[in-house]
Amino acid sequence: MIRSELIQKIADENPHLYQRDVEKIVNTIFDEITDAMARGDRVELRGFGAFSVKKRDGRTGRNPRTGESVEVEEKHVPFFKTGKLLRDRLNGK
Amino acid sequence: MSEKTLTRMDLSEAIYRDVGLSRNDASQLVESVLQHMSDALVRGEQVKISSFGTFSVRDKAARVGRNPKTGTEVPIEPRRVLTFRPSHLMKDRVAAGNKA
Repeated sequence: MIRSELIQKIADENPHLYQRDVEKIVNTIFDEITDAMARGDRVELRGFGAFSVKKRDGRTGRNPRTGESVEVEEKHVPFFKTGKLLRDRLNGK
Repeated sequence: MSEKTLTRMDLSEAIYRDVGLSRNDASQLVESVLQHMSDALVRGEQVKISSFGTFSVRDKAARVGRNPKTGTEVPIEPRRVLTFRPSHLMKDRVAAGNKA
């Protein structure tokens, strides 16, 4: 399923809404989640999962092609943990 | 870092603010979006949201695990797990926003 299919499903279920509003609604949801993580916040969607930010320490890496060592700076990466309900549903419980 | 936790309520509030739906309709739409994504994943489909990321379901084989406290071996059944791969855009935005 891709974004446009998700939008279409929501539009089909809500014939009273304009297609462009449905697009805006779906986009708002994903934008809010990204914005929150960019601020360092968590987004907890019970039953579905939680988005959070993890810190990766700086390290000395290596260019795999040349073998040269390079300093990799500390950085923050997005992380998702599946919620219990969804995890159980995936396993037919 | 501020470390606030957002919930469904904050997402519906944003829809109320940006699209002008009632808070009630907004919260129902948040729920439907999550429901459709979950249903697709349970059917084994990938959910690919451009510029956000990709959720995919992976099959894990059975293995012998260990209770870390007691050291006893416990069988771990084969199971399906969900993984999320953030898009480049999200990774860049999260890295930039949290830069020291």
